[in-house]
Amino acid sequence: MIDARTIFSIATRAIKANKMRSILTSLGIIIGVAAVIVMLSVGHGAQTSIQNEMKTMGSNLIIIRSGVATSSGARSGHGSKPTMKKSDGDAIQEKIEAIKLAAPVLEETTQIVYGNANWSTGVTGTDRRMFEIKEWNLSYGRMFSSTDIRSAAKVAILGQTVVNELFGDVDPLGKTIRIKGIPFQVIGVLIPRGQSGNGMDQDDVVYIPITTAQKKVMGISFPDQVKMIMLQAIDSQSTYTAQEEIRELLRQRHNLGVNKEDDFVIRNLTQMMEMMESSTKVMTILLGSIASISLLVGGIGIMNIMLVSVTERTREIGIRMAIGAKAWDIRWQFLTESLVLSLIGGLVGVVIGLLGSYLVGVFSSLPTKVSLLYVLLPFSFSGMVGLFFGFYPAYKASLLNPINALRYE
Amino acid sequence: MSLIELKHITKSYPLEDTQLKILKGINLNIEKGDFVAIMGPSGSGKSTLMNILGCLDKPTSGTYVLDGQRVENLSADELADIRNRKIGFVFQGFNLLSRTSALENVELPMVYANVPAAQREERAKKALTKVGLRERMYHMPNQLSGGQQQRVAIARAVVNEAPIIFADEPTGNLDTKMSVEIMNLFTKLNEDLGRTIILVTHEDDIAHYAKRIIRIVDGEIHSDEKNEK
Ligand SMILES: Nc1ncnc2c1ncn2[C@@H]1O[C@H](COP(=O)(O)OP(=O)(O)O)[C@@H](O)[C@H]1O
Ligand SMILES: [Mg+2]
Repeated sequence: MIDARTIFSIATRAIKANKMRSILTSLGIIIGVAAVIVMLSVGHGAQTSIQNEMKTMGSNLIIIRSGVATSSGARSGHGSKPTMKKSDGDAIQEKIEAIKLAAPVLEETTQIVYGNANWSTGVTGTDRRMFEIKEWNLSYGRMFSSTDIRSAAKVAILGQTVVNELFGDVDPLGKTIRIKGIPFQVIGVLIPRGQSGNGMDQDDVVYIPITTAQKKVMGISFPDQVKMIMLQAIDSQSTYTAQEEIRELLRQRHNLGVNKEDDFVIRNLTQMMEMMESSTKVMTILLGSIASISLLVGGIGIMNIMLVSVTERTREIGIRMAIGAKAWDIRWQFLTESLVLSLIGGLVGVVIGLLGSYLVGVFSSLPTKVSLLYVLLPFSFSGMVGLFFGFYPAYKASLLNPINALRYE
Repeated sequence: MSLIELKHITKSYPLEDTQLKILKGINLNIEKGDFVAIMGPSGSGKSTLMNILGCLDKPTSGTYVLDGQRVENLSADELADIRNRKIGFVFQGFNLLSRTSALENVELPMVYANVPAAQREERAKKALTKVGLRERMYHMPNQLSGGQQQRVAIARAVVNEAPIIFADEPTGNLDTKMSVEIMNLFTKLNEDLGRTIILVTHEDDIAHYAKRIIRIVDGEIHSDEKNEK
């Protein structure tokens, strides 16, 4: 067998002789590899951000949402008909021993105005139990009082980011901001928490009393409606064991007959994480297979161009054979050519893929995370594609009869 | 023992439902150091015989002993090995690799003989110098005249120290002056280096450079005589 350096220089010479064609041929590989890298980094990033988000939500947490859970648990109830009430949470807290706290949540993203400044953020209607669950204290000002809740007072507690955006250096306490045009008095500011693991700004929040949210700010379709209820159990074991009790209580309160499905979904943090992970896994697999298809198509493109190349160079093959090239010498020559072609495509694909993941991370809400494995995997796969799809053309070349090959015009 | 011994060599090609006999029982011995011209009308089977002698093709029947080794039933790779070590070819159409310098073309047989790169280059340079192309080593074939290309081909044929050189109408594409240069080169190779040369031609002028002239008519040896210079 001839030495690697010589065979490599033969391959690169042939590729350079047809630059444009080589670029077009590797395009499929380039796109495939780049796509795989972007997909994997998005999938990886999503998973990491879910885990980080879960960590910041509070301990021993159970969340109840409206909606129907399918048997696989894949549907979390987003967009389904609201069924939960604040009083459901109160009843759970009162009747079920394993549950310490039940905070109602009704939220909406909206515009907030102070003087000339305005800021768009998520406004959450809740009560003081939310801050106990999150173990989140005020930096200054006061908490919602029972009177605030009872009377649906127009008072607000702000996160530090909202304060910075609306007030700058001005002291916000006692000032009036407008939420959906309704005036609210700022009564407190929360201790800054900074970014969560996935880059979400936890201080970009506005809290108002749940009753105010229900009656004055957000549209609800029945009295006492909430979006979800956050429960804190007494210990982590209870986040599992209390679920059946909660379920029975809610079925009773919602008057669900024996044949009726639950109209709510109960999940603890671990279950939520598993659910979200399984949905990003599905996405990763789906997108990954799309990328694999483009790698496959790229491979077929390489096979096609290598077959053309073998035909074009029949005379060259004849000369090499006459001079003493054996079947494997010819095979290696063309295999190396398709390998180099696909690895160049793979390399360009890696560069574009890394750039793409970076851009997706910067310009979209999807967090991306690149790891060495996710770069090496598609790159080495491009090499395997080159070998696999290069083999048939190389094999065909090696079977040529030297006399016929020499006579080929 | 002769360098080449052919016994009852035949070659046929299938033609519709019969066999077209091109070579009809060739018996031939060629000694080491000989310079043989094979002549004959077009289509008489000269190239066919040459391809069998050069281990590029296999006979339909008969035996061929080359340098003491039976070769008619060897595999493609074994034949490639024999071509590499024992045979150099010079073709009518030069058959150099395009986009490849004269030097690299001459290195080619050594590439397949696994000669280390540094040694390859040195030997190729020496061979090119001997055929008078010292100044043209880095030229591509399309930058060389026909005569120069053929000299590159000759350098390539001798660089591996192959004892036999086969040349099929090597001057067919060249003018008279260039033909004389090329034939003088062959003569030198034969006389000074003792290489066995077997040359196919249909021109008497060219054949007269040889020591022995074999005439083929219709796939059979018609005459075989020493050339009186
Ligand atoms: N592969 C082939 N199939 C069929 N006929 C062939 C083949 N190769 C050569 N021939 C025929 O064999 C005869 C001899 O050819 P060749 O040896 O090239 O003659 P020459 O070199 O003496 O002119 C020609 O008639 C040619 O057509
Ligand atoms: Mg001929």
